[in-house]
Amino acid sequence: MLEVQEVSVNYGSGQGLDPVSFKILPGEMVGVMGPNGAGKSTMMKALLGLVPVSGGQVRYCTCPLHQQLEKVAYVPQRSQIDWDYPATVQTVVSLAATRQLGWFRRSSMATNTAIRRAMERVNIWDLRDRRIGNLSGGQQQRVFLARALAQNAEILLFDEPFTGVDATTEDILFRVFAELRNEGKILIISSHEWGSHLAAGLTSLDRLLLLNRELIASGTPREVMTRENLRLAYGRVWTHAFHGDGADDDLFC
Amino acid sequence: MWSTLILMLIEPLQSEFIRNAIGVSMMIGVLCPVVGSYLIVQRMALMGDVMAHCVLPGLSIAAFFGVDRSIGAFVSSMLGSFFVTWVRSQSRVKVDSAMALTFSTFFAIGVTLITLLKNKLDLDRFLFGDILTVTLNDIYATAAITILVLGGIYLFYKELLYYTFDPTGAQAMGLPVKWLHLGMMAGITLTIITSMQVVGVLLVIALLIGPALTAYLLTQELHHMMFLGSGIGIVSSVVGIYLSYYLNLPSGPAIVLVSSSLFMLTFLFTTRSTFFKGTKHSH
Repeated sequence: MLEVQEVSVNYGSGQGLDPVSFKILPGEMVGVMGPNGAGKSTMMKALLGLVPVSGGQVRYCTCPLHQQLEKVAYVPQRSQIDWDYPATVQTVVSLAATRQLGWFRRSSMATNTAIRRAMERVNIWDLRDRRIGNLSGGQQQRVFLARALAQNAEILLFDEPFTGVDATTEDILFRVFAELRNEGKILIISSHEWGSHLAAGLTSLDRLLLLNRELIASGTPREVMTRENLRLAYGRVWTHAFHGDGADDDLFC
Repeated sequence: MWSTLILMLIEPLQSEFIRNAIGVSMMIGVLCPVVGSYLIVQRMALMGDVMAHCVLPGLSIAAFFGVDRSIGAFVSSMLGSFFVTWVRSQSRVKVDSAMALTFSTFFAIGVTLITLLKNKLDLDRFLFGDILTVTLNDIYATAAITILVLGGIYLFYKELLYYTFDPTGAQAMGLPVKWLHLGMMAGITLTIITSMQVVGVLLVIALLIGPALTAYLLTQELHHMMFLGSGIGIVSSVVGIYLSYYLNLPSGPAIVLVSSSLFMLTFLFTTRSTFFKGTKHSH
């Protein structure tokens, strides 16, 4: 179980994150939602100790999480990466084995198989020799998904995986997320909107955390997506997320 | 005609100082593009220039106390890079301003110290390099640094690749990113110090960036960029020295100009070919 207790971040300039607490069980898929600048990325980074936290602790199986990062796969926002970096698809996915191989070793049969399987699982094996800069946004996102899969982690964090991706990639993301959940992994997925076309994904979440510099609500998507909560998070009347699709209107409680 | 050409190539090799010069510049021709590749892919190219300028105060102080000058240069250059990082992280000052301030300040301190401490340092030699005064000891020192830095990069290649491509991801995986960064900075500094004798403080950035950048235009992978960059680095160094010998040019600028010409040729060739294909990126 992943236990987050009163984790807070203080950047000193009024920005940051007020203490948040929640627990996630193996096999749970948790969405993190909030407007841009709500601290979703900050919270994910704070969980892993990538930004200095001003308080609180994160435990996984009773031990601090930052001491067992080999069990974590983190996929940063696509915009954080320089895609002109001279590297092919296969090279980037192979980075997954860096920790498993340990110092000085380049590759092994086991890691090569894991890397190939991960690439096939997200349909990028045929693109393996392409330079990453020559891929579409969706394909780039799948490269990172494959890297996360090849790591064989127990906890997977995805920062804004749906931003700027095509429908094929979206389908693959949801399919793989569902598979990972069935394998008993812990998934944390952030998105600034779980609206319209992502509504199907929203309903498949076990839990939703609504964030805007603090944890506004936490619970099942149905419990969280109330007009009042959304107004608190987004500071405006929620108009477009579900209204495009009448079937989802009943999400408002 | 061929025999004349061969004679022209052999003739300079008869003097020892030219042989030494070619030996050192070939090693640097390999080392600089490999290290420079890391600067390019991290968008830190100008950091190399900053670190080169920052060696000066250390050189002067080391010369004053009779310590090995390379040690002074190393410490001073590393201090410069830490100062940039520190100013940047503790204030809203952006990296370009922090770099501009740091390198000019260190440079000014260096020039002042050389005067105040009455060092017997030939400032011209440090600014522009003097490859024709390279001794056998310099060759051994360059060889040692080349082996050390290239060996380190070979051993930690995959970790450095991860760190330079996706620093947050590398940290999230639990890689010791601080040590990787420190090691890389140390490698860059050692490379700068050993290259200074060939092209000087002011032009060392050209050797770090030029050949590697040419290779960047032509390759798909970091290690290909390093290998091709090294090839271009060797060619630039050797051709530069011959040009300097026959046309009586200063050797550092000659090497740099060969390297930059190769970049321009490659640049024009690659943009032209993509121009004819009609699109820049093929999806």
